[in-house]
Amino acid sequence: MVTFTLNGETRQVDVEPDMPLLWVLRDELKMTGTKFGCGVAACGACTVHLNGEPVRSCQTWIEDVEGAEVTTIEGVDNKAAQAIQAAWVELQVPQCGYCQSGQIMQASALLIETPKPSDDDIDAAMESNLCRCASYARIRKAIHRAADIMEA
Amino acid sequence: MIAYLSNVLDAPRPSRRGFLKLSAGAVGGLLIGGMAPRSVAAADEDGSFAMPFVHITPENVVTVVSKHLDKGQGTATGLATLVAEELDADPAQITVEFAPADAEVYANTMFGLQGTGGSTAMANSFQQYREAGAAARAMLIAAAAEAWGVPPGEITVAAGTLSAGGNSATFGEMAKAAAGLAVPAEVTLKTPDQWVLIGKDMPRVDVPAKSAGAVGMYGMDVQPEGGLVAVTARCPCYGGVVASFDDAAARQMRGVVDVLQIPQGVVVIADNTWRAIQARDALEIEWDMAEAEARGTDALMEEYTALLDQPGNTAIDRGDSEANLANATAVVEADYAFPYLAHATMEPLNITVLYDGETAEFWTGSQIQTLDHNVGAAVLELDPSKVQIHTKWGGGSFGRRATADSHLVAEAAMIGSAYLASQGEARPIKLVYTREDDLHGRYYRPLHLHRVKAGVDAEGRITGWQHRVVGQGIMIGTAFESFTVKDGVDHSSVEGASDTTYDLPHLVLDTHHPSVGTPVLWWRAVGHTHTAYVMETMMDELAEAAGQDPVAFRLAHLKNDPRLAGVLTLAAEKAGWDQPAAEGIHRGVAVHKSFNSYVAEVAEVRMRDDGTVKVERVVCGVDCGVAINPDNIKAQIEGGLGYGLSGILREEITLTGGEVDQFNYPDYTPLRITDMPEVEVHIVASAEAPTGIGEPGTPPIGPAVANAVAKATGQRIRSLPFTKHGLA
Repeated sequence: MVTFTLNGETRQVDVEPDMPLLWVLRDELKMTGTKFGCGVAACGACTVHLNGEPVRSCQTWIEDVEGAEVTTIEGVDNKAAQAIQAAWVELQVPQCGYCQSGQIMQASALLIETPKPSDDDIDAAMESNLCRCASYARIRKAIHRAADIMEA
Repeated sequence: MIAYLSNVLDAPRPSRRGFLKLSAGAVGGLLIGGMAPRSVAAADEDGSFAMPFVHITPENVVTVVSKHLDKGQGTATGLATLVAEELDADPAQITVEFAPADAEVYANTMFGLQGTGGSTAMANSFQQYREAGAAARAMLIAAAAEAWGVPPGEITVAAGTLSAGGNSATFGEMAKAAAGLAVPAEVTLKTPDQWVLIGKDMPRVDVPAKSAGAVGMYGMDVQPEGGLVAVTARCPCYGGVVASFDDAAARQMRGVVDVLQIPQGVVVIADNTWRAIQARDALEIEWDMAEAEARGTDALMEEYTALLDQPGNTAIDRGDSEANLANATAVVEADYAFPYLAHATMEPLNITVLYDGETAEFWTGSQIQTLDHNVGAAVLELDPSKVQIHTKWGGGSFGRRATADSHLVAEAAMIGSAYLASQGEARPIKLVYTREDDLHGRYYRPLHLHRVKAGVDAEGRITGWQHRVVGQGIMIGTAFESFTVKDGVDHSSVEGASDTTYDLPHLVLDTHHPSVGTPVLWWRAVGHTHTAYVMETMMDELAEAAGQDPVAFRLAHLKNDPRLAGVLTLAAEKAGWDQPAAEGIHRGVAVHKSFNSYVAEVAEVRMRDDGTVKVERVVCGVDCGVAINPDNIKAQIEGGLGYGLSGILREEITLTGGEVDQFNYPDYTPLRITDMPEVEVHIVASAEAPTGIGEPGTPPIGPAVANAVAKATGQRIRSLPFTKHGLA
């Protein structure tokens, strides 16, 4: 049995210790906002916050989540995430949208760490998140826009 | 070819269900609102107004029924815009749902079956969905006129409100009354000057949800009560079959419900995706490779290269290229190689099936609903009326979800059938492809070789052009063969070259389509992905040979295609082509027509210290007829050229001994944010009918960047991807 905090609520799951957090979220807890893209931490679609840090849930064993705080796209509501989500809508970032949960989780973590990121900061932080629709130009603009929203 | 396919096109068309409960008689062709003249709109039990393309609830929600899959290209919003425009709805009251599989009502009018592809969604719907909106508006007005006792002509409609004198009502308040009325036989559509939504940037209907986790939107997110997950172990080489297998260890693993053999391989059914994958890894399978494709890329390249020396089937032969090449003052000869490419949609393929022996339901990002429907029915030997396709939002496609053999539905149907036979109960089963299943699992943009010999005279005119193309024909051997294969030439291999609008009076182009076991498929912009590269890099080389500016040289050969010349001129002007580029920046240009749209792209590149290329900015000129949603057009050009750039920089599928060498993103490398250029899109104002936009941004980027690299380094890149040359 593993106990952890998920979006502010205590959850307990009885699964194999090496089951990735991704599949605990999606298949055990039926929370589909966190997406499966590659399973090998190469695309970022499954990004969640673990104790505030962005991690790939497909390569995070559930046993390592014991006692930790997990935030998913369904629960993230800090100021940075709100600004990111507002900018995503304002600049019409998503196309197919499948990668965007991960992009938003990664980008909101960036803004908490670096409230006024440069293009290079954005590249460094977002390089791990694939978007096959290549919405990258809008992602970059929307992160800058979100930084402005946060500042205002 | 799997046997069920012979039944597919002959299978009975699906019966009409769902939205059309009270309509009279059979229908065909283009009808107002998808309904026969003088038929009436249905009234649902809750008092909703229900026509095939438009529903209006008493709560004042207008639902536009999309016959097309939206896999990111924005079609759902486009269709909503057309209906809302003519209905004079408030965009805020609009939602979109995907239509059931029903080819009689929801056919793509360019295909004759229900399906999305070839960048046709808006082109084939522009009239139909506007008429649906106008018909619904007329019926709401008629209902209000009756209720208020005023002539219909005195009623105005704006932003979802009907009003006349002191009376006003929402659409929802008139929905029930309008539902009983006859559909008008004719409607008058607005003139372009009356448009309030078309041509504006209507926000996408899906963006708010997709910015909040897109919970439950995709096929992958289908989680029915009691549902199970299936993963299939397939033969590493196409054509191989299971000889024997040992599932003892897999069956012992936690969560495993069953292990089944189907023609496609061995299927593990479990209560959790990860458990299913773990158990699949524990299977021991012997494959019978007797019929399997055994050739690797090296062997194919050798065979294809030999074919470049052999005359092929003629796609076009006009004038006398041989004699006129002899008159050229400069001749350029070049061979080109384009690798197999994977679509690599971010959402791995998946489909959920529920089959109880008498009925079947499928949930998936269905792109050709009619084929999916018919294949599901054929495999399960059910009447199509017993089969339902629930279309989910697609997490990308780029062509991958549209297969002539509906292999995903076929596999799911076989799993549903095998599970019912084994367990004696029906449960929803979601067949999931892992990323490895997807990248390793075939259906690629085909490997193609080209050879071109072309010459220019002293005046800089192209004298003759000889062109040979070698590659698997995508349509050959499929249900679509009769549409595109003529005289042994698959048009999807030569489109964009044999039909070039450059002034080439002496042109010959022939093809070979070798038979290879590895299945191939259209990949965003299909044949244009390689033909545009060849045409536009060759045009650049010829301009150089003629000592002319690349833009001027093209324009001199585009006298018969003013729209193509128009976007080229626009992009060149906006990019400042006639001004010197900034220090360290090298420019290249390409222009190409595909899916009836015209796109020019000027790429500005910088060479990094390590010799790789960085595309800094791309300036685009686009003519796609009426720009229904300019911002979405810009998004599709941004994404389309990003996809094309991804394709030329690092993407390559190779085979060794018939098996694909790539498994996951570490060894198949799509574009990341670090390589994305700034994109500037300029749209030509046009009153022409709208044409495609999902694909046309893709073809020009490769040659535009290659031409810029040639400017920077003197190196002409003729084999892809760029990684082969140390450029990426």
